[in-house]
Amino acid sequence: MSDAKSTDAGNLVTPTAGVSRRDFLSELTIGALGIAGLGAGALTYQYFSPNVLFEPATTFRAGNPDLYPVNSVTFLQDQLVYIVRTVSGFFAVSSVCTHLGCVTQWKPEANMIACPCHGSKFSPEGNKLAGPAPRPLPHYSISLTADGELLVDKLQTIKADQVLKA
Amino acid sequence: MATSITNALETLRESRVWKSIFRRGPALTNRTRSLAVFGNLFLHWMPVKVREKSLRVRAAYYLGSLSFLLFIILVITGVLLMFYYHPAAPKAYHDMKDLRFVVSNGVFLRNMHRIGAHLMVLLVFWHMFHVFYRGGYKPPHEFNWVIGVVLLMITLFLSYTGYLLPWDQLAFWAVTVGTNIISAMPVIGSKVRFVALGGNIVGENALLRFYVLHVVILPLLAFLFIGMHFWRVQKDGGLTVSSKDDDGTN
Repeated sequence: MSDAKSTDAGNLVTPTAGVSRRDFLSELTIGALGIAGLGAGALTYQYFSPNVLFEPATTFRAGNPDLYPVNSVTFLQDQLVYIVRTVSGFFAVSSVCTHLGCVTQWKPEANMIACPCHGSKFSPEGNKLAGPAPRPLPHYSISLTADGELLVDKLQTIKADQVLKA
Repeated sequence: MATSITNALETLRESRVWKSIFRRGPALTNRTRSLAVFGNLFLHWMPVKVREKSLRVRAAYYLGSLSFLLFIILVITGVLLMFYYHPAAPKAYHDMKDLRFVVSNGVFLRNMHRIGAHLMVLLVFWHMFHVFYRGGYKPPHEFNWVIGVVLLMITLFLSYTGYLLPWDQLAFWAVTVGTNIISAMPVIGSKVRFVALGGNIVGENALLRFYVLHVVILPLLAFLFIGMHFWRVQKDGGLTVSSKDDDGTN
């Protein structure tokens, strides 16, 4: 393109440069506008990603371990977590279905966790029994605080065989 | 009677106010009729002449015009609903209930908006199928088909963002499920969901974002693309008319 321009413009072009002043300036302008556009896009993306969320805390205390009898599944509605206690110990299972994010329900009579939206079924350990869910329900990190209460961290997912010994 | 109306119109047309607005006399010849269309902001995208057969019911079923009419009804009823609706979590649901049970004629406007929205989705799809089966996507109409697909997407997004605004259980779970479908996109899915909702759950931010999309951004885009769509119908040579439309028999 610049070659064609330089022939047209004839003696206006510096022979050594090979690029006319007009082409140089317009490419510079387009480049600057492009960089500014990318920056504007990045700033807009940052603007739309909130830094402070008014959502339930991801780390929460689940109370004294004695609240949960052996071989029980307890649904914590505010946190959307099941506290499961077996003979070997405690684990915390997410109640949010891995299919499309509906909240599952514990069905004690059938000994399973069932999703009302699209019929996925899980064992109390979170393993998928039936339905469209692609993955088992994740287990969250669970530990004891210094004063002996259960502490669940929903940002940390642990392996299903890790159990907090009772 | 008829003469007095004609005389009144005549006097009106001769008045200085009328002339200042329309800048011409009555459109009695083809030339002045054309000028009336060309010189009017709202008519200039319309054709000066149309083929008679493209006006027959079976040639169009007026599906596009009916979709546009519904869009106008939705804009008017939607603006009226905005006078009573606060897009904030503690208020939204109660405002919707107030519109149904407390505000005079609120239930009429709300249902008109709601049922009109359902009908618009139905008619837009019907319009698309009708155009498709008549071959309306073929040259020279390809670009207008693409604009039509964009308008279909805008209609669906308007419908979906409006679905959250009653802030009831149906709305909450529909948007929870829908935005989880977004997060199934590879690599960027969960980021797009986070930005769309303004958080990890369907909460205050999501309600406000969907509201702004529903009442400002998407309607403006719809107006823009509807304008282009109508303009292109004329530039591409009018509605698709097939030989079948000559007589209603074939």
